[in-house]
Amino acid sequence: MVKDKTHVTDSRLGERTGVPAVKKGTQDPMEMDPMPEGSTPFQAPELSTRREAFWLAAGWGVFGWAGLTSVGMLVRFLFPGAPFDPAQVFSAGAPEQFPNNTVSEAFKKSNQVWICNQEYEGQQILFALSTICTHLGCTPNWLDGDQKFKCPCHGSGFYANGINFEGPAPRPLERFRIFIGDDGSIVVDKTKKFQQEKGEWADPDSYIPAV
Amino acid sequence: MDNVLAFLRWIVTEAAAPKLLVPLVFVALILTLKYYRVVTKPRVAGPIGLLIVVFLVGSCFDANFRKIITKADNIPIILLLFSVFFLVWLSLRRAALNDEAAEKGEPPLEARFKRETVLVWPDLVMIELIVIVGLTALLAFWAVGLPAPLEEPASAALTPNPSKAPWYFLGLQEMLVYYDPWYAGVVLPTMIVVGLMAIPYIDTNPKGNGYYTLVERKFAISVFLIGFIVFWIALITIGTFLRGPNWNFFGPYDYWDVHMSVPLKNINISEIFWVKMLKQGMPEAWYVRELPGIVMVIAFVMIGPLLLAKTVLKKLFKQLDIVRFSVVVTLLLFMISLPAKMLGRWLFNLKYVVYIPEYFINL
Repeated sequence: MVKDKTHVTDSRLGERTGVPAVKKGTQDPMEMDPMPEGSTPFQAPELSTRREAFWLAAGWGVFGWAGLTSVGMLVRFLFPGAPFDPAQVFSAGAPEQFPNNTVSEAFKKSNQVWICNQEYEGQQILFALSTICTHLGCTPNWLDGDQKFKCPCHGSGFYANGINFEGPAPRPLERFRIFIGDDGSIVVDKTKKFQQEKGEWADPDSYIPAV
Repeated sequence: MDNVLAFLRWIVTEAAAPKLLVPLVFVALILTLKYYRVVTKPRVAGPIGLLIVVFLVGSCFDANFRKIITKADNIPIILLLFSVFFLVWLSLRRAALNDEAAEKGEPPLEARFKRETVLVWPDLVMIELIVIVGLTALLAFWAVGLPAPLEEPASAALTPNPSKAPWYFLGLQEMLVYYDPWYAGVVLPTMIVVGLMAIPYIDTNPKGNGYYTLVERKFAISVFLIGFIVFWIALITIGTFLRGPNWNFFGPYDYWDVHMSVPLKNINISEIFWVKMLKQGMPEAWYVRELPGIVMVIAFVMIGPLLLAKTVLKKLFKQLDIVRFSVVVTLLLFMISLPAKMLGRWLFNLKYVVYIPEYFINL
């Protein structure tokens, strides 16, 4: 036999809270009046006076102004006013500044580039090496005594020609595009890079023959 | 006397090199686990701990050693070593006592204290308050006495030499010396986390719940301690105290010379195979060139599990179902790949087993 649930009353709840027990199932919950007698339901206060209208307008005005300003700041933030990056294309001076079998650190700090004049595959060439270690992006140091680049983070080592030979670096340092400008000085273009493992070091744009 | 000191220095310097220190810690840990009932006895473990203190204090007469040890950054690592030593001893000691009791048919130590409940107010709350006040005072004094060393502003053109990760990442940094960044920096840490998360699913052994024991959970505890002590704590120690400028290894008594030159040339398996063994040039195509390394990796992945199932994990293979066993073995293979590569580097100057820079795949 199924128990008829419509007439079960929750008397215990009524005892505890003082609210008269409601017969469960006899009424649609939406129709029940949850208010105790004597109270009035919530009503939005009417905008009866001009003072209230003023404060409402002022509040929304401040809120809107703050919102618009923050959106404006966000948009402004996307367009930095002063580019702090050094020029991607820069002149490195006359080729005679870089004698044979040297590594120049003159542009390491300003442009993150080493200008090397080294022998590579039987040819004396000038090329621009990136100062970013191909392992995890630290800046290696040029050790003149050992004639190698050595990374302080995980001990990767590179020969003066940029080839990796010790430590975990998986590939040689990257070269940048280099050419002789109209005024006869070396121009380095960092927007184009050349990776040895992709065979790009054969590209004549990646080096200039040393004199 | 000077000769004895020089000899001791030589021994310590040799033993501290990663190629000896990591295997030594491993062997010491295995021996400890094997003879844990003897080793953890206070009259054995006490002198060992005392020996470590004597070594540290005695070595502080050396200026170079003192300089590294007393760096504000490094003092917590010394405390870490002592706390690890003490906690491993404590757990293994109580495991030894419990295991001996179990053999006599007695309940474990923990079951003999009937302490299912604690008194909270005011007992526990008071204790907590005292601990909070004490630790806050300790931190305040520490911060005043050993202020955190600040360095110069960061510069893209200058990486500090040596450039060290926070101490808790120095184990990872040491791993990065041996493996490609995506493997040592992404795959292995992920596998460590995944492996730790998988423990509740693969470890179905109901024993050892609420009391210390080693006999009943030998495999689980051994694997965890090897991973934690050898591949985490030991590597942090090496990274903190023994890695100097240019990430070169320096003995505990060596001066950290920025200009020290270490001749080193790492070579790939392909070069060992084609150039050194077959005395010919490297093949052009990468899949021919890297074939020896690829075969080695496949052999490691395919034969490794079978070998483990037949030897070290024989018992586990019978206990676990095939899915759980596969997961355990896969995780173990990842774990073993680290010391395998380290040994390769130390013994053969190995750089990469598989080296395909064309597709950024290096193992």
